[in-house]
Amino acid sequence: MSVETHEAVHRHEPPTSFIRKYIFSLDHKVIGIQYIILALVAVIVGMTMSVLMRMNLSWPGTNWPILGTLFPAGAPGGIMNPEFYLSLVTMHGTIMVFFVLTTAPQGGFGNYFLPIQIGAEDMAFPVLNMLSFWVTLVGFIVILAAIFASGSASTVGPIGGWTGYAPLSALGQIAGPGQGLGMNLWIISIAIFCVGSLLGALNFITTLLNMRTRGMTLMRMPLTCWAWFTTAVLALLSFPVLLGGGILLLLDRLAGTSFFIPGGLYVSGILSGTNPSFPVHTGGSPILWQHLFWFFGHPEVYIAILPGMGATSHILSTFARKPIFGYRAMVFAIFAIGLLGFFVWGHHMFISGMSPYSAMTFSILTLSIGVPSAVKTFNWLGTLWGARIRFTTAMLFAIGFVSLFVAGGITGLVLGQTSLDLPMHDTYFVTAHFHLVMGVASIFGMFAATYFWFPKVFGRFMSEGMGKIHFWITFVGVYCIFVPMHVMGIVGMPRRFSSFTEYTFLSRLHPLVVFVSIVAIITVLAQFLFYFNLIWSIFKGKKAGPNPWDATTLEWITPSPPPHDNFAGVLPTVYRGPYEFAVPGAPNDFVMQTEPETEAERTGGNGHNGHRH
Amino acid sequence: MGRALAVIIWILTLGSVSIFFVKQWWFPAAISSHAAALDRQFLITIIVVGISFTAAQVGLGYMVWKYRERPSHERAMYTHGSNRLEVIWTIVTAIIFIGLAVMGQSVWASLHFNKAPAGSFQVEVVAQQFQWNFHYAGRDGVFGRTDPSLIDDSALNFVGLDETDPSAKDDATHSVIAIPVGRPVELILRSKDVIHNFWVPQLRFKQDLVPGMAIRVHFTANQIGKYELACAELCGQLHFKMKSYMLVLPEAEHQALMALPQDQFQSRVTELLAQYPLPTY
Amino acid sequence: MATTVTGTKPLTQTRLGGGSKSRGPNGNGSPKRNGHGHAFFDARSSANRYRIGMWVGMASILMLFTGLSSAYIVRAASANDWQPLRMPRVLLLSTALIIISSITLEFARRKFKNAAQSAHKSLLAVTTLLGFGFLASQVFAWNQLAQQGIYISSNPHSSFFYLLTATHAVHLLGGLAGLMFLTLRSRLRIDDELAAAKGQAQTDAVTLYWHFMDVLWIYLFLLLFFWRQV
Repeated sequence: MSVETHEAVHRHEPPTSFIRKYIFSLDHKVIGIQYIILALVAVIVGMTMSVLMRMNLSWPGTNWPILGTLFPAGAPGGIMNPEFYLSLVTMHGTIMVFFVLTTAPQGGFGNYFLPIQIGAEDMAFPVLNMLSFWVTLVGFIVILAAIFASGSASTVGPIGGWTGYAPLSALGQIAGPGQGLGMNLWIISIAIFCVGSLLGALNFITTLLNMRTRGMTLMRMPLTCWAWFTTAVLALLSFPVLLGGGILLLLDRLAGTSFFIPGGLYVSGILSGTNPSFPVHTGGSPILWQHLFWFFGHPEVYIAILPGMGATSHILSTFARKPIFGYRAMVFAIFAIGLLGFFVWGHHMFISGMSPYSAMTFSILTLSIGVPSAVKTFNWLGTLWGARIRFTTAMLFAIGFVSLFVAGGITGLVLGQTSLDLPMHDTYFVTAHFHLVMGVASIFGMFAATYFWFPKVFGRFMSEGMGKIHFWITFVGVYCIFVPMHVMGIVGMPRRFSSFTEYTFLSRLHPLVVFVSIVAIITVLAQFLFYFNLIWSIFKGKKAGPNPWDATTLEWITPSPPPHDNFAGVLPTVYRGPYEFAVPGAPNDFVMQTEPETEAERTGGNGHNGHRH
Repeated sequence: MGRALAVIIWILTLGSVSIFFVKQWWFPAAISSHAAALDRQFLITIIVVGISFTAAQVGLGYMVWKYRERPSHERAMYTHGSNRLEVIWTIVTAIIFIGLAVMGQSVWASLHFNKAPAGSFQVEVVAQQFQWNFHYAGRDGVFGRTDPSLIDDSALNFVGLDETDPSAKDDATHSVIAIPVGRPVELILRSKDVIHNFWVPQLRFKQDLVPGMAIRVHFTANQIGKYELACAELCGQLHFKMKSYMLVLPEAEHQALMALPQDQFQSRVTELLAQYPLPTY
Repeated sequence: MATTVTGTKPLTQTRLGGGSKSRGPNGNGSPKRNGHGHAFFDARSSANRYRIGMWVGMASILMLFTGLSSAYIVRAASANDWQPLRMPRVLLLSTALIIISSITLEFARRKFKNAAQSAHKSLLAVTTLLGFGFLASQVFAWNQLAQQGIYISSNPHSSFFYLLTATHAVHLLGGLAGLMFLTLRSRLRIDDELAAAKGQAQTDAVTLYWHFMDVLWIYLFLLLFFWRQV
């Protein structure tokens, strides 16, 4: 391995004070870790909420004294009430989608590794980068505040699901518990989050376009970089629309406008305009909110999963010891998914009262998005074909990603069809589909990334033993949780019901509901092993060198952990593609991107101009 | 490790696929005229889904089993892919997926692209937080005028019916929907407050009720009986309790019911509810 | 086991990695960018990030206004409660001010290029003043409407009027901050190529943003008062 020194870029000295180094740091690596810590905290909150929800569904009416103590209004006497359950649904969804699935893959891993993988010292705008994290953190604090602001009103946050459909979300306190201050804070939190993500996206795009090192052409970038780049583009173009929608919603609630609230509503015994608590409204369109929300909401799904796809490609190739199969096709597929992702939002609204003709168009576009997704799957399988697979924990999770991505994604073929949406809409089939594909698969991508890059970040390996136990329980667990949910959906079990005891047609599902809850609790407990492994390995893990996995990309040429300016003042030069494994005739089974062309390559290659510097 | 992973993947695949064969955990028997085509389309789709899912997982397991690191072979195969394969699988999946999407449109088109046939039985549905109100036109077949400002919960006038309107005289409202068997039904869906959703699993039909809109949908039920009706769009804290029943009655019985004045109508519906049992599952 | 997949040219030992010229499905990319190291790392290229960043940021702001515009159009068609506002005349003044400010800033930008610092500074000052003038004129328009009893909740058109003009004003404040940054910056001495390139790039970026605000205002003005007065 050699790093050709072309010009010594003046070296940035790291700041020395604790605050500048770890708190208000401008270093993309520290900011990346801050994002990951934020996600690790948020995911515990979201996961706890899901356990509470499962317990309420399988053992309704059970007394949980702790809950009664913590939330006397929401769980009087320790028994959860329906509004408490629904606010858990809302907060679980919001926290998971925004503060886990958007922050960890992009803000966390993207921030840490995008600059290193393209051979840059830092992001293009470090101050903006720091701001984007702190803005996001403020958003998180505001959403946590929503839990406590609603505490007296027997909920732990607003009631609206993560989609916050108007007019339920627009009417204010009058529409019932969970529609007061908590809902305002929910909207404000999301607006703040939008701003943070936009600053981040701007930075990612500029960095990638402007700061690639010498020789790092677009088609030599690791697929992770393509994924982060596309994700940033999606975020850049979709978050503003949500921000706009959020402003309109907030104005409807606070300024008495009628963007989403139609006239003549009669809510909780009060006719619009006859009482100061319910000002007069006219002519608003509830469906307009859905359009604005889903124009963002659908790309958001890809914002969550694309980085996982990138990490999976990267890790599969590395541990298959084989070049990625169809690099170009992978890049095109990422872009096709991103592009099509902007034109399919209507499939969330087939039964909303939208024009049935546009529903048909959305349906066909939706099923076309399965094509690039399938292409990616085929290429992953192609990568494993003829490989020499090393089963590290990271690789297990990457393979798990492929398996779960197929399992979760393929049912999109059902949900994307207009007519099949009639029975399936808003049932557990939908819940199962998106949890598998955008929730669990994305998280598997991030687990793989964590086990893979941990040695780079901390200079120590994570424990493989604990990692493998974590993988087996989680992999089997998520299948056992989410596959039965499809069946619940077929029977007709609706989402967002705090209890199923009202309906006789659902009673036969009770054994499945209980089974899912038990597995969910076991799977959640297994995650604490991951947390323990994370902390234990920082201090006690086996020491790792600069390139512990025999990988090829730029993050592996620099020490572990990397110095403040990533490459110690010497920017690398790139000579070849990112996944040169098993090259015939090469001394090792991997060739680093920085490995200069050999004499044979230079003279043998017909007509390329790779002259020396 | 590779072999263990392969076996686990295969077991999970087998388990996942077989749970879809448990008859007890399938759709409740359908009662609407469009349901047969819809169920067939669902079956075709789920078979395509099942085959693709199984093929991908079995393939993944095979790769993981076969190409695990072994001392016997030194290096992996050096290839960057194949354009021909990329083109083939892109085209094949595009044909299958888009073909499914196109096939899925016919039921949709039959329900949404045509107006309700003449002679349909009309019901106005007025949803409100945690309660269904069905407004029947009565013998004259004309709905009395409604106005939100006339809503009076204490007088049980939940839909805001204008009693002074002559065509309102024979109107009836009830929280249960009673429709004739074998005759097209047109629903005019409204909401008083937030978005609700009309969902009867046996009908294979769902439609949002959006405040500010009057959405017209139609279907035909062809099986007499009593069915549970649920709200399938989050509408507030008691969303899970927004339950009612749909009665599908023989034509004559239905006509007799519709001819009753409001007070007798109420008690007759109660009788009918007791008379018809829920389907057994 | 096969060594290659059908359709891929076998890569021989002499054509390793980046050596392949074929643009097949391989991950090597094209090697042609290897050669031009100097151009790649010079100051101008590095300073380019300000221009790129600005374009990217503008794309995002454009999406915000696209979202709000589509809401405007949908809402206008969704019910018959739309009462068109009478245009406050002072908005014509706003429009004139912002167009002129765009022109003065463009001159300021060119003067930076020509290293005529004093002209650059005074033109910047004029632009900043015009920018504040625009905001004052907008505030005046809001006041005028408020005096007529037209508030944000009065009817959908007034809701959108206040919303769109306020959102534009917030973004314009960002432009004013940029202008003040340039003013502060213009007091610094430029002593090397890097600083010159950076200064030019930042000036370009702010100017670009200001022009964008100008065009955006004209668009909003047309949308609010000339698009199909429903």
